[in-house]
Amino acid sequence: MATKQTGNLARFMLAPSVLLLFVWMIVPLAFTLWFSFQQYNPLNPIRDGFIGFSNYMLFFNNPAFAAAIINTLLIVVCVLLITIIGGILLALLLDQPMWGQGIVRILVISPFFVMPPVAALVWKNMIMHPGYGVFADIARFFGAQPVDWFAQYPLFSVILIVAWQWLPFATLILLTSLQSLDGEQKEAAEMDGAGFVSRFIYLTLPHLSRAITVVVLIQTIFLLSVYAEILVTTNGGPGYASTNLPFLVYQKALLEFKIGQASAGGIIAVILANIVAFFAMRAVGKNLDK
Amino acid sequence: MARAVTTRHKTIATTAAWIVALLIFFPILYTIITSFKSEQEAIQGFSLIPSGTTESYAEVQAQSGYFHFFLNSVILSVGSTILALIIAIPAAWSMAFSPTKRTKDILMWMLSTKMMPAVAVLFPIYLIFRDSGLLDSRIGLMIMLMLINLPIVVWMLYTYFREIPGEILEAARMDGASLWGEIWHVLTPIAVPGIASTMLLNIILAWNEAFWTIRLTTTEAAPLTAFISSFSSPQGLFWAKLSAASTLAIAPILIMGWFSQKQLVRGLTFGAVK
Repeated sequence: MATKQTGNLARFMLAPSVLLLFVWMIVPLAFTLWFSFQQYNPLNPIRDGFIGFSNYMLFFNNPAFAAAIINTLLIVVCVLLITIIGGILLALLLDQPMWGQGIVRILVISPFFVMPPVAALVWKNMIMHPGYGVFADIARFFGAQPVDWFAQYPLFSVILIVAWQWLPFATLILLTSLQSLDGEQKEAAEMDGAGFVSRFIYLTLPHLSRAITVVVLIQTIFLLSVYAEILVTTNGGPGYASTNLPFLVYQKALLEFKIGQASAGGIIAVILANIVAFFAMRAVGKNLDK
Repeated sequence: MARAVTTRHKTIATTAAWIVALLIFFPILYTIITSFKSEQEAIQGFSLIPSGTTESYAEVQAQSGYFHFFLNSVILSVGSTILALIIAIPAAWSMAFSPTKRTKDILMWMLSTKMMPAVAVLFPIYLIFRDSGLLDSRIGLMIMLMLINLPIVVWMLYTYFREIPGEILEAARMDGASLWGEIWHVLTPIAVPGIASTMLLNIILAWNEAFWTIRLTTTEAAPLTAFISSFSSPQGLFWAKLSAASTLAIAPILIMGWFSQKQLVRGLTFGAVK
């Protein structure tokens, strides 16, 4: 029953969202692309000009670049492994009949609502501080030497904090999916004498596969741009031991004012995100057809 | 034939689940406990029983004007959410009820903007903000947060609106309702729960956003994310004060989050898992 007037109005209603997002996406990105081919330093504006791919070469030849890429990927892969495996185990546990299930759920989901700077600072000072943290208290209780986590294992410490923040998300989504598993199917499998392990492999895991895909894709988008957790704990160090790509670009742009190199790094981050996004869109897009 | 759950099975599951849940919740719990200790107590080793003093809360407000940052967080998260809803409701409505061949492409494209790494546009945005005097202004940051979350808001509203049966609208049209009447008198009341859920989730996301809120503010418009980050270089004894500031920063959103578990799943998976 869509008349021409309805169609026009529909377009008119859609326009603000589309226009805003288009400008928001295209204008800054075009600037970044332009800067990535420029010699530009706001503190030393005389040597400005077009320099081709030099910024990209500089960025690639910077030893920090390789470290940043490896750290970026390590954060993504390790956090994904911890949260997916931990999330499946937790979801299976929370799906069991128990007393106080509602409260348990609330406790488990809570870390997701903690803003990143708070999560990072609480772990840094309350839990992992070599002098006053709970880990140090535990170590001393057993007569061991407390570990200076952020100095000795900086990347591991960052991964631990980020995994703590995202485990609730994975658990909640996997649990939601688990609870939509047909009870009759489960009972039928049980009647056929299928044990817990074979039920898990042949029934539960295939059912969860879709939710797992969604968790992987969405977490990857966020994990590629971990920032505040590094800023308030290790500040990227020691050296470049816990610097990821977003953090390196931030350092280049706002601390060293090497805008060209920072922009080249930004474009590389976009390319990296696009590779992930390509798969993400296909997975989410499939759902639209249903 | 329902299988009888044995009490033993239930006891084991309950015990295991509570232990794991308390371990996961422990950093938050310990922060809340420490916030009621004095600075001296806070560094005297592990203890779950605070003296119950509220001096840290008073000090955080007295030393740093905590309430200013709290107010900014409220203004920014609620303001950006309302702004996003005003822009997104018509868009989601038109895509849900007058879909065209391109609707799916537009939705996917909107989602793709969410995947652009913020750091890639950090400097241009910084320049634009600086040159237009928007740095450290509430309105600038509000627009920024609105743009970041607009795709999620459109998507969430779209998945809710799509579940509203079209017959209701046709019936209203038969009764001679105008298009705007249709939206405000027929559609909106049905859509209120979906809009409310979207609003809740978006406030949470905006409250916790910790890249632009830290980089584009200094003091005037700085919300709690920026304020808490200033604790990253400790000066003297600050464990109890950090705990008090952290507790205040997460408490309101934690409580909102508990009420929005279901919407969270739906919103953050773009409707792929319900």
